[in-house]
Amino acid sequence: MEERVLEWDYEIEGKDFRNAGKVSSKVKEIMKELGFDPDFVRGVAIASYEAEMNVVCHAEKGTLHFAILPETLRIVVQDKGPGIPDIDLAMQEGYSTAPLEIREMGFGAGMGLPNMKKNTDELDISSTVGEGTVVEMLIRTPPSKERSE
Amino acid sequence: MKLAKIIEELALTVETAQGRLDREVKGGYVSDLLSDVMANSREGDVWVTIQGHPNIVAVATLRDLAGIILANGRKPDTETVQRADEEKIPLLCTSLPTFEVVGRLSRLGINSQG
Ligand SMILES: Nc1ncnc2c1ncn2[C@@H]1O[C@H](COP(=O)(O)OP(=O)(O)OP(=O)(O)O)[C@@H](O)[C@H]1O
Ligand SMILES: [Mg+2]
Repeated sequence: MEERVLEWDYEIEGKDFRNAGKVSSKVKEIMKELGFDPDFVRGVAIASYEAEMNVVCHAEKGTLHFAILPETLRIVVQDKGPGIPDIDLAMQEGYSTAPLEIREMGFGAGMGLPNMKKNTDELDISSTVGEGTVVEMLIRTPPSKERSE
Repeated sequence: MKLAKIIEELALTVETAQGRLDREVKGGYVSDLLSDVMANSREGDVWVTIQGHPNIVAVATLRDLAGIILANGRKPDTETVQRADEEKIPLLCTSLPTFEVVGRLSRLGINSQG
């Protein structure tokens, strides 16, 4: 197999609950078409969805960058928004600052960041209060059939 | 068990995705918290919830769920129905309370895969 980098970029709108999740559906679709294992794809979909939804729920707007590298998947979600003052606190399961109207829709369980952590090999968050947040996730791809032969 | 059989047994109203009702239901999951469903539902689950907004379709698609049952007389938003149609996710409704839906599913042999 030739070594090449496949990458895609998508926009995410804050508070656009109608289209929320579509970017992650695209990521999932791409992976399915490329023949990744369905269980692996579902795990990546969780991480991607939670990062996408955090932009929709908490930020103004953002982008999702998805790249398939030789042995890793890389997802970088970058937003313009309030930022996260205390990342360790935000990582705790159950911690959420989601406002009531968002909680009523079933968001705000404080499980998104822990879900990302569980479904990635590396999760790196950097944030500047008042400017925005960058979430970078690396996920090692399972050995492909071609390689194991 | 096929989704069609569940629809018949529980007298569910089918809102969309008529074509995919022959899908095999492997288990069930109940929650109104979307991140909880993302984390803990399993492929092939039927999902019982009272959330009717369009994002439930995204969750069901991403997790490969067999279908969504809106309990307690909840109705999906128009956009939810549209999106479920696009994504071919069966969207079912009932006036039965969530507890009753789950009890009946369990009696039919649909249980948690977790
Ligand atoms: N992109 C972001 N911009 C600003 N704040 C964020 C961002 N992502 C997360 N946070 C903060 O971290 C908290 C925890 O995030 P997490 O995704 O774990 O939970 P949640 O989004 O509140 O709820 P859930 O993901 O379960 O629906 C959020 O409530 C919010 O305060
Ligand atoms: Mg979240």
